[in-house]
Amino acid sequence: MDDIFNNLDSFVDGFSWTIRLTLVSAAFAFAIGVLLTAMRVSPVPLLRASATVYVETIRNTPLTLVLLFCGLGLGNTMQLQFSDRVEWDVFWLAVVGLSAYTACFVAESLRAGINTIPFGQAEAARSLGLTFGQNLRLIVLPQALRTVIGPLGSVFIALTKNTTVASVAGLGVQEASREMRLLFDQGQTDVLVVFIGFAIGFIILTLPVGYFFGWLSKRLAVAR
Amino acid sequence: MTADPNAEPAAPVDARPLVVLTDVNKHFGELHVLRDINLTVHSGEVVVVIGPSGSGKSTLCRTVNRLEPIDNGTITIDGQPLPEEGRGLARLRSDVGMVFQSFNLFSHKTVLENVTLGPVKVRKVNKSEAHETAIRLLERVGIADQADKYPAQLSGGQQQRVAIARALAMNPKVIMFDEPTSALDPEMVQEVLDVMTSLAREGMTMIVVTHEMGFARRAADRVVFMADGRIVEENTPDEFFTNPASERARDFLSKILTH
Ligand SMILES: Nc1ncnc2c1ncn2[C@@H]1O[C@H](COP(=O)(O)OP(=O)(O)OP(=O)(O)O)[C@@H](O)[C@H]1O
Ligand SMILES: [Mg+2]
Repeated sequence: MDDIFNNLDSFVDGFSWTIRLTLVSAAFAFAIGVLLTAMRVSPVPLLRASATVYVETIRNTPLTLVLLFCGLGLGNTMQLQFSDRVEWDVFWLAVVGLSAYTACFVAESLRAGINTIPFGQAEAARSLGLTFGQNLRLIVLPQALRTVIGPLGSVFIALTKNTTVASVAGLGVQEASREMRLLFDQGQTDVLVVFIGFAIGFIILTLPVGYFFGWLSKRLAVAR
Repeated sequence: MTADPNAEPAAPVDARPLVVLTDVNKHFGELHVLRDINLTVHSGEVVVVIGPSGSGKSTLCRTVNRLEPIDNGTITIDGQPLPEEGRGLARLRSDVGMVFQSFNLFSHKTVLENVTLGPVKVRKVNKSEAHETAIRLLERVGIADQADKYPAQLSGGQQQRVAIARALAMNPKVIMFDEPTSALDPEMVQEVLDVMTSLAREGMTMIVVTHEMGFARRAADRVVFMADGRIVEENTPDEFFTNPASERARDFLSKILTH
């Protein structure tokens, strides 16, 4: 146990980065996911096609490759720079990759949600004279969102765990699992204890998320 | 462009043509669902559309606010041709009420919100005014006491009356009803028909797809009989039901009467 308490600093530091990475990426992923969903149900064939190509491409690319591309492609080759401080620069590069990747899963969930809404409601909205955007914003998305809160919780949990890829994929972003490996490299700690400590850390982070989304989903359920 | 008003038997003499379909054709793939449809509905007129399943009645209704685009021909609402897409179309749709067989109320909104949504978001009426109008309309259809409930908490008949109030809230020039009572339990049919009959009495322009002959006789100025995508026969309800001119109509009436 001492191994945990003696290294509480790296533990807290690591997880604080993990939480930042998760929250910021989740916000962008949600926004991009909604945008992709809007494009996929839009009446414009080009928008529909580009959103589908995007989702199918990124969703089927391993996250490690996506993040490597952000680090090596965007960061090194294209010299995209977010910040003068290295740890923040790689942080934002990782956010680009994580949100671009997670957005696909948000979009897929939302699309499944849209499919559960009786088509007639969208027609009734059109008949009232609502524009496509109003229809989406006022009728379709609010209902779709409520039906997929549970699945979105899973996406969010997956994102939390996926942040660990950001440190291994050539970006060297600070996050919990990186701190753990640094501790191992120092070789002065009991590997098993530290390992279990960090694993529990992730569970403490994600378990309430799952319960919260489950509760929210019940609370906001729409009766049909 | 406009059809000869004299061709319409029951049209009030001084009424202006409100919905005019001229040589409208529509295919679903190979299937020719609307064939050379010519129909003029005048302001204040109530037209009942009747015909066998698959004859194109719903499609006809849906073309009037362009939920279904047509292949050729023209449709005008109050003299204005239907725009292709975009805001012009949305504006025109707001003048054409639509009441569906399956109610299609917005499940995540209360009864009151269902009725105020269109006026507030489309007509940009302020909220309190829309609220007042909505309550008045809900009173008129007899469900003001359910205003804060969600659609799923209401019976079918109540839901359909909310749907009628939602259409009325837009102050439409014409309301289309597509089999508004056929998804209802028998004991709820009359409450909806009563609301529709009183609307008809008050001079609302209505196009109603229904097989409720009692309603047609009581409220309709004209019956339009469709079969295989064509308008086969048009007449006053009395004439049509007692003395149908076409073989198709006689055949159809004998079937629904023996049911
Ligand atoms: N979206 C569609 N795609 C393909 N075919 C369709 C579509 N909608 C309707 N049809 C077909 O067009 C024909 C006319 O349909 P429509 O719904 O207008 O008939 P209807 O007179 O309203 O029949 P009912 O009394 O059963 O409601 C039918 O054969 C139907 O199967
Ligand atoms: Mg029909």
